Order: sequence, then structure tokens, then C-alpha cells
Amino acid sequence: MTNPKTGQIPHIEISHLVAGYKNENVLKDINLSIHKDDFLGLIGPNGGGKTTLLKVILGLIEPKSGSVKIFGQSPQQGRQHIGYVPQFAVFDNDFPISVRDVVRMGRLSPKRLFRPYTNEDESIVDERLEWVKMLDNKNRSLRELSGGQRQRVYIARALATNPDILLLDEPTVSVDYESRTSIYELLHNINQKGVTILMVSHDLNVISSYVKTIGCLNRTLHYHGEKEITNEMLKSGYNCPVDLIAHGLPHRVLAEHEG
Amino acid sequence: MRELLSFSFMQNALLAGVLVSLTCGVIGTLVVLKRMVFISGGVAHTAYGGVGLAFYLGVNPVLGAVAFSLLASFLMGYVQRQTRQRQDTLIGVMWAIGMAIGILFADLTPGYKADLMSYLFGSILAVTQGDLWLMLAVNLLVIGVVTLFYKELQATAFDETFARVRNLPVDILYVLLIAMIGLAVVILMRVVGLILIIALLTIPAAISSLFLKHMKHIMLLATGLSLIFTIGGLLLAYFFNLTSSATIILVSGIAYLTAMVVHRNCNRCPD
Repeated sequence: MTNPKTGQIPHIEISHLVAGYKNENVLKDINLSIHKDDFLGLIGPNGGGKTTLLKVILGLIEPKSGSVKIFGQSPQQGRQHIGYVPQFAVFDNDFPISVRDVVRMGRLSPKRLFRPYTNEDESIVDERLEWVKMLDNKNRSLRELSGGQRQRVYIARALATNPDILLLDEPTVSVDYESRTSIYELLHNINQKGVTILMVSHDLNVISSYVKTIGCLNRTLHYHGEKEITNEMLKSGYNCPVDLIAHGLPHRVLAEHEG
Repeated sequence: MRELLSFSFMQNALLAGVLVSLTCGVIGTLVVLKRMVFISGGVAHTAYGGVGLAFYLGVNPVLGAVAFSLLASFLMGYVQRQTRQRQDTLIGVMWAIGMAIGILFADLTPGYKADLMSYLFGSILAVTQGDLWLMLAVNLLVIGVVTLFYKELQATAFDETFARVRNLPVDILYVLLIAMIGLAVVILMRVVGLILIIALLTIPAAISSLFLKHMKHIMLLATGLSLIFTIGGLLLAYFFNLTSSATIILVSGIAYLTAMVVHRNCNRCPD
């Protein structure tokens, strides 16, 4: 489906997607179109299929049925346009590597096997580190950094791929509260520079102040391009993290529609 | 000392020490960082099946070891890539089967078999000219491949999913790495024997990664340490008339324990 306003093909288009593991469908009949400049936050409980959805979009898991297109291409081809920020927990935090080397990974591609990094690569790396305010830490080892600083480095690495779309899996897990806010502000700025963002999180408190639209994923997807969490989302049928919503939710999320 | 160096077996042993250390430093670092220590142990022990078979057939045992360790690398690598559970069990089973095959073929081979022990426990003092050429070839291959694909190998070791999303040839790199582990096993076999290989492959890299931040530096320091351990162990063995593989491993092991204690009490070291 092309965007009714601009006539462009969607950055990501998912239709009737069913996916999961051997005996279990984690995702059922997912339909989702993400367009240029969107900043979509998906919330949902653990086990609701958030990470699985990202893996299908990245072509790491084959759908059982339905389709996923990135700029009209298969995930394996289209993922070159995606900057991926994986979930924090999957890393070996002891791995000896410098901040610079991590971000340089974003410059790798099959086209440049056998070729060393160029000056252009290095200046892109520096620029992205500047974006995330980590340039001063360029030569430090990743293992000397705090959780929030590491997350910035992974965002810089994703940006070094010159992505049209940024995909983030729980970007604020194991990050302290203040760093969370600054990471969301950073993402907001990146979005304003013209990068489409899809983020999954269960960090509802902050997410809603920065994203443009919000959806709820718990095996099925509830998303109609809303800015706020709707009553419908809260209905037990969707099983979104209601307790999270009930406790300490910023006013603006549940507020009436703004003007 | 001068007299010592005039023996050709000693010259060969020292040369072997240098050549083996290079492979050890480079491949050992990748093994440690990629957490492939167990699989490397498996490959090493399975290679004994090839040694036994070669004895039985009357061909050069090194050929048998090359064939078996490459085969074991690919099989175990395949098993490890499966996301299903119990990979460690399967690798452990192959490990034991490989050894058992070696023992059976040794039983079936008539005549004197003391030589087989040298493959299990190594004997750096018995390294031949042919072994040295093989070591040189493996070194050239390992250094060539790692130099060519350094940034990609580092990327896949650190974060394979990201590398895959970048469409890097992750699986081909894995096969290359595991084949290099197989070949490293064969040349290390002559020096410390199949049973003790994992120690020499992993200890120098493990010590280096305690103190250094960059993979390249870890490879270099691991190479240096491996050389010190090998030569140190060799001299101990020579002067006290001990088994060289055991002295090499014990020197490494003591160094590792010392390094851990130092690292613990060192505030400026990376955690």
C-alpha cells in the first residue's frame, strides 16, 4: 500500500504476517506499514513477540506466512537500509574492543571485503560519534563505559550504516533513568534529521513522550497510528502492560487529544 | 647453552616453538573471544581417530590428523550453529568417539606403537623437518586469512547478528575459522599433544585479554606469551629431564593463575 499523501512506497510493509518457532506462533496476522519520518514505539509484554517481529523484519527469521517488504524488497535485500540496534543483553560486555572499532562495523558490507577502511569511513564514524556525544570516548574500550554510554555507541554504529530506518530493540534496558531520557531525546533528534524509527520497548513511561505514534504488540498488533495509548489498547484482550500504565504514567499519555 | 643450540633437534624444537606460537596467538585469540574453547578441545581429541587410522593404513599420521580434525571441525561447527539445545552434549560425544576410533585402530595395528603416545602427549624435541614445513604452511594460511578478513572476523566475533544484518558472509567466515582451528590443532599436536592442546591454544589469549583492549594487541601479546611458555617449558624439560608438553602447560597454567591474581588486584586494568 503506498502512502496516500505522498505516493511513496512504505519503508516497511508487513502484511498478514504469521511467525514464530516450531510449534508456536508468536506473531499472528500482523499488518503494519511504516512510512518515511515515522517514529513508532511498540510496547508489549515480554513474550509478546517484540523481538521476534524485529528478527522477521531483519530477515533473521522466515515468516510462516504473510510477507515483509523493506522498500518493496525482501528483508535480506532491504535490510541494508536498516540500522539495527540490538538488545543490550545479547552482548559479551567483556569483549575487548574500542568504541571506534564498534562504530566502524557500521561501515562494513560485502562490497568492501578485502578493502581497508577509508578516510571517508573514518569521518563518518567521527560524525556519528559526535551525534551521540561520544566522540571524546572514541579510543576507550567498550568495557570501560556505562550502560547508557554503550547504548549510544550502538546507536552510532547503526547510524554509521547511513540508514533510512533505525530499528531498536529495548534501547533502554539496563540504562539508568537519566540516560534513558537523553537516549530518547537523541532518538527524537535523529528522527528529525529524516531517519524513520521503529523501536520496541516495555519502557512505557518515557517512550510516549518522544515517539510520534504508539502501538501495542502482544502476539497480535494493535496499531492505528495513534499518538496515545487508547482505551482499546488497555482492554484485556490485548493484554498490554496495564499495570505499568496504571503506575506513574505521565499525564500527557492519557490526556485527551491535543487540540 | 651454545652446545644446546648446536643440536639439530633443539634447533627444530625452537623453530617449532616460534611457528606454533604465531598460530596459537592468532587463532587462540579468536577461539577465546568467540567462546569456542570446548569445540576446539573436541576437534583436538577427535583428531586422534585420524592418527590411529593413519597408523593402521601405514600412512603419515599427520595426514590422518588433518583429515579427521577438518572433518570434526566442520561437523562440530555445524552442530554448534544449530540453535537447538544439547550442542555441548553432541560435541562431547563426537570428542569421545574420535578418541575411541583412534584407540581401536591402534589395537588393530600390529607391532610397536609407542609412537602413538607422542601424538597424545606431544614431543617438541622430535619435530621433524616435514613437521616444520607443515607448520610454516599453516602459519602462512592463518596469517593470510586473518589479515584479509580481520575487520570482518572481529565484527562476527563481537556481534554476529549485526554482521549478518550487514549481509557479511558470516557463515563462510565461520567455516574458515573452524578450518583454521582444525589446522592449528594438527600443528600443536606435535608440540604439546592432542590432550593438552586446549591449554596452549587458550591460556596465552586468555591472559592477554585480561589486560588489553584491542583484539590485534591481544593476538600479538598472546603470540609472545605462547613463545615464552613453549621455550620456557622446553628448557625446563631439557634440564630436568621431564616431559616437555607437561612443563609447557604447567608454565602456562601458573602464568594464567598469576595473571588472574594480578588482574584482580590491579585498579587500572580493564574489568
